[in-house]
Amino acid sequence: MGLLSFILLLPLIGAAAVLLLPSAQKELIRRVALGAAGLSLLGALYLAFGFDTAAGGMQYTENLAWVPEMGMTYALGVDGIALVMVLLTTIITFCCLMATKADIKSPKGFFTWFLLLETAVIGVFCAMDWFLFFMFWEFTLIPMFFLIGVWGGARRDSASLSFFLYTLTGSVAMLLGIVAVYATVADHNFSMAVLAEAGAGLSTEMQIVIFLGFLIGLGVKMPIVPMHGWLPLAHVEAPVPASMFLSAVMLKMGAYGLFRAGVMLPEGLAWFVPILFALGVISLIYGALQALRQTDLKAMVAYSSVSHMGFVLIGLAGAGIAGFTGAVMQMVAHGFVSAALFFLVGVLYERTGTRDIRALSGIGRQVPKLALATSLTLLAAMGLPGFAGFVAEFHVIVGAFEGFGLAVLLISAGVLLTAAYSLRVIAKLFTGRPDPRHGAIGDLNASETATAVPLVGLLLLLGIIPGLALIYVSPTIAEIVTMIGR
Amino acid sequence: MTNVDFQIVLPEVILCLFAMAALMFGVYTGKDKTAPLINWMTAGVFVLLALIIGINGAGSNEAFGGMFVDDGFSRFAKVVILISAAAILVMSERYMQKAGLLRFEYPLLIALAVVGMMVMVSAGDLIALYMGLELQSLALYVVASLRRDSVRSTEAGLKYFVLGALSSGLLLYGASLTYGFAGTTMFSGIVTAATDGHVSIGLLFGLVFILAGLAFKVSAAPFHMWTPDVYEGSPTPVTAFFATAPKMAAMGLFARVMHDAFGNVTADWSQVVAFLSVASMFLGAVAAIGQRDIKRLMAYSSIAHMGFALMGLASGTEFGVQAMLVYMAIYVTMNVGTFAFILSMERDGQVVTDISALNQLSKQQPLKALALLVLMFSLAGVPPLVGFFGKFYVLQAAVQADMAWLAVAGVIASVIGAFYYLRIVYFMYFGEETDGLDGASNPAEWALLMVSAAIMVFGVVNLFGIEGPAMAAAAALVQ
Repeated sequence: MGLLSFILLLPLIGAAAVLLLPSAQKELIRRVALGAAGLSLLGALYLAFGFDTAAGGMQYTENLAWVPEMGMTYALGVDGIALVMVLLTTIITFCCLMATKADIKSPKGFFTWFLLLETAVIGVFCAMDWFLFFMFWEFTLIPMFFLIGVWGGARRDSASLSFFLYTLTGSVAMLLGIVAVYATVADHNFSMAVLAEAGAGLSTEMQIVIFLGFLIGLGVKMPIVPMHGWLPLAHVEAPVPASMFLSAVMLKMGAYGLFRAGVMLPEGLAWFVPILFALGVISLIYGALQALRQTDLKAMVAYSSVSHMGFVLIGLAGAGIAGFTGAVMQMVAHGFVSAALFFLVGVLYERTGTRDIRALSGIGRQVPKLALATSLTLLAAMGLPGFAGFVAEFHVIVGAFEGFGLAVLLISAGVLLTAAYSLRVIAKLFTGRPDPRHGAIGDLNASETATAVPLVGLLLLLGIIPGLALIYVSPTIAEIVTMIGR
Repeated sequence: MTNVDFQIVLPEVILCLFAMAALMFGVYTGKDKTAPLINWMTAGVFVLLALIIGINGAGSNEAFGGMFVDDGFSRFAKVVILISAAAILVMSERYMQKAGLLRFEYPLLIALAVVGMMVMVSAGDLIALYMGLELQSLALYVVASLRRDSVRSTEAGLKYFVLGALSSGLLLYGASLTYGFAGTTMFSGIVTAATDGHVSIGLLFGLVFILAGLAFKVSAAPFHMWTPDVYEGSPTPVTAFFATAPKMAAMGLFARVMHDAFGNVTADWSQVVAFLSVASMFLGAVAAIGQRDIKRLMAYSSIAHMGFALMGLASGTEFGVQAMLVYMAIYVTMNVGTFAFILSMERDGQVVTDISALNQLSKQQPLKALALLVLMFSLAGVPPLVGFFGKFYVLQAAVQADMAWLAVAGVIASVIGAFYYLRIVYFMYFGEETDGLDGASNPAEWALLMVSAAIMVFGVVNLFGIEGPAMAAAAALVQ
């Protein structure tokens, strides 16, 4: 068994172990889950250290026959982008589990579903076989359905159902796309490499139609406006760790899939580039405007996710080295930003019992650590130099300028709006006179600090030394760019 | 009857003889007191025959001058039929006993119906086809109205009988037209008469009537009207039986007639089958949403599933048949498990079929709720459960046959259908506190529920090697 299988299966084994523990041992359950996620994280770090940063292709490949009659294989491997995504997933999962208290409702179920979810998402990022990819992709629905439905807020029922049905609708469109390419391969094979070759050989019209299927499937997840309907509800109603995971990792699955689909259907991608750019700008501005008018902090963070994923889409539409690099960096940066924000908003809610921005003011003095962490994260969300978000936005804008010239001015509007809603929160929450209605509010405790510091720290670290991520990503992106022939 | 012929139909003969002997035994001994014994023996004979057919069968053989065909296809279907019938008998014992319905005739009628089904999937001739079909149907009419003192059950039996007779009439009319224009009742003869460009209009009419009759039997829309009422009215174990073995048999017969008799004019029937498929998928998915009674819900669910299986058939290819067989095997397994659960739905000793009774089942019976959860997700076709593979195969078949529109319709229907399966899960896990269920499963029901759920989870490894035999079966049918 290879290292990737190890990373993939550890959370699954952890889930089985959690299931076997007695329900009364709440703290033990949490520790076992943390242990499994931690080991998986260590495995991912080990993966990164052993990764050949000169090569752009797949590494750590594993290949096992699965259903040979249909050409399905258990094929795993990571290239630079996938590696970064696996690292993001394992780091975020660990932070999410850290952020989960042992005294939540039925902890056994919660941690089991969460670890299953981690396995599924890692599987999506490691799969080198489209069928395997789709299996993992769809399986992410079930744990998240339960995490929202059982542990969610007041409207959890409609949130979990709409999450499930929206994504299912999208992914069956993607499934048809996969099958359509697969049907053109003479010998049955679902391997991404084989299908990439077959897909690139299709006529332009076919590629456009098939790419549309992928765009619907992946776009719902990402989400791209107007396919974002499930997101605000799901993010707001989900329990805090699930919101963190949903926005930090699961949205990235969509963008990651677009890379793979783009390699397979280069002419389809090329045809869609202007549309992707337009959709990206719409998502960016619409998400930011919505974020600006929200009074519920969690809803604001949710819409900011829509806005930030718009950046990723614009980067993808850049379809060059700069654009792709920006997209990947934005995926990473947004991963940390949104996880941190959902976490901090969750802490604030736990302390004050409200997420309404109008009910809170001037709490900066009471909770200096919380205020500092929130402010730093929001500054990172704005893309201020020194944070990972800046590196991402810079590349995205350069990439977009190459392709679309002065249309990038539209992006500036989005950046401006982002700054507006970020600064509004900082100003309203932490400065000014304390509102007498809320009494004493406790600051971040030790374990909460331990959750927040890595998230914010990584944002800073990647902002100052972006090379840490770029050395993995660049060769892969160079290869992808040559493959799609631009 | 030569010796060779006899050997080929041996499993059917054994089952017939067993049914007659057991009938005598039941009549001359303690009557219904022996019913549990006969029930178990019948199940045992089913399993035994399934093993014999599955392990011993080889090659393609014809008996009685081609009227009876024993090939990979018929063997695949027979094994599925026998195993599912055995499972249904085993799990119906407790329920039937409690309802006072465990008469010794019940397993024997099932056995006779199974003989009919085995003849159906082996038919090589219109006469054999009709014989098998009627043997099956007559036995099923009786078991549908087994609960004689219930208006519902009697109504179910009567409805089933009237509509079944109508469909048999349609089929027979089609068969007679086919005979008139092809000059033979043998499939091997019809196939030469019905070749591309040379299909007489009369033969086409015959084909369409046969199609309509068969669509009744598989309960494909728009010939599905009997299904919900019969499912609801019949005793639950009988409903479980209707949902499994006869469906496989009717699908097998469908495939056999289409490919053996009309295999050269695929284009003429594949559009009709595609229409049946789309209509069934959508009707099943949409109509099930409003159902509160789990048996009616499963009726619409089975209509939708038949639509998916027909999608495989509509592609008209060898792979399509393979996909249909895989789909049916998976469908039957899921339904056995689901009905094993439904049989245990009781509150204070009373049978409950309203789905709101499932509220908070996860608290009361966590393990059973988990098993049903797996089955529901599998029925909805969510990966990585095996139910998804079934859907995937038929979609694949449709796309390969350049029927992408059919595949698109299929995925839309499957998303609509996912809603009501999800709602059951929703009730079990997030529903409000109400009087739940307190019925305990007996070991047989419990085991079948768990095994079926386990198959849905662990089948993802290699589908238990089912596509090998399915591929061989399809190859045997489509030359």
